[in-house]
Amino acid sequence: MNASAAAAAPGASGREDIPISERGPASIRTVVSFGFWLFLVSDIIIFSALFAAYAVLSLQTAGGPSGAQLFDLRHVFAETSCLLISSFTCGLCMLAVARRRRTMTYQWATVTFLLGLSFIALELSEFARMIASGATPARSAFLSAFFTLVGTHGIHVTVGLCWLIVMMAQVATLGFRPMVARRMLCFSLFWHALDLVWIGVFTIVYLGARL
Amino acid sequence: MNSEPGHAAASDEEVGSTSLQSYLIGLGLAILLTLASFGAAVMHVVWAPSLPVLLAALAIAQMGVHLVFFLHVSSAPDSTNTVLALAFGIFIVGLIVFGSMLIMANLNANMMPMDQLIQMQR
Repeated sequence: MNASAAAAAPGASGREDIPISERGPASIRTVVSFGFWLFLVSDIIIFSALFAAYAVLSLQTAGGPSGAQLFDLRHVFAETSCLLISSFTCGLCMLAVARRRRTMTYQWATVTFLLGLSFIALELSEFARMIASGATPARSAFLSAFFTLVGTHGIHVTVGLCWLIVMMAQVATLGFRPMVARRMLCFSLFWHALDLVWIGVFTIVYLGARL
Repeated sequence: MNSEPGHAAASDEEVGSTSLQSYLIGLGLAILLTLASFGAAVMHVVWAPSLPVLLAALAIAQMGVHLVFFLHVSSAPDSTNTVLALAFGIFIVGLIVFGSMLIMANLNANMMPMDQLIQMQR
């Protein structure tokens, strides 16, 4: 076992020749990201249940306002841009972590945080406008499903923002040790997965309302 | 035990290889696809009945872009398990979404009209 590990060490190409059953344990980084990936897949399954509920109920407006009357696509486009660009800057932050550049890490993490915060602010202002015009979650089955789906995504983004603050505190106090780098990797996976879910939200909920 | 430092070095190189280029390509493609789906929905340039299919195709393409360029899902041996978990996840998501829609549409079609239901309860 030790011999095979030593043989594998010199080059990545040597690793390919060894059968997968004899390569020994995968690196901690691979195992951690796989475990977190399983969590993300289960999270996406939660969202799929909410998407299914929305798809079933989206026309049941009970005489209340429909999606086409309520949604402002310019607003949604601004939200989408915020989240997409924050996904990109989160990637840049990960590159800075990989290169152990402290200033660059803080810089891109701040940009990511501000973009995520403006996404939440835009979403809350949209909710406030809808509720002020009488389109509350209790108005119709369509609005219940809408607020549950979009609200759950918003809560995820909020949790992600808190997590980012915690990670920056850890970089500040613990530095770039492997443990912190792995946690940053998990955070970036989480953040990209939220953007992935948002693609479904803006396509099915907002653009789908105009069909 | 001896292999620990080697492992660390290898994983560090792995981190370095996820390059700026990959994120830039991903951002470019994602922006194009987002603009395409908003454009298709707002401007009436596409034949209306084909719009749902087009939007679905654009959304799936953008999810693919995110998976490959942002989440770094690849065909590398290290991400075999990741791909398997993802495939299983997609299967379950498909079952939940299309299964619910199918069953609920069927129930809705077979439900007695509301006025008759109220009459029966009298």
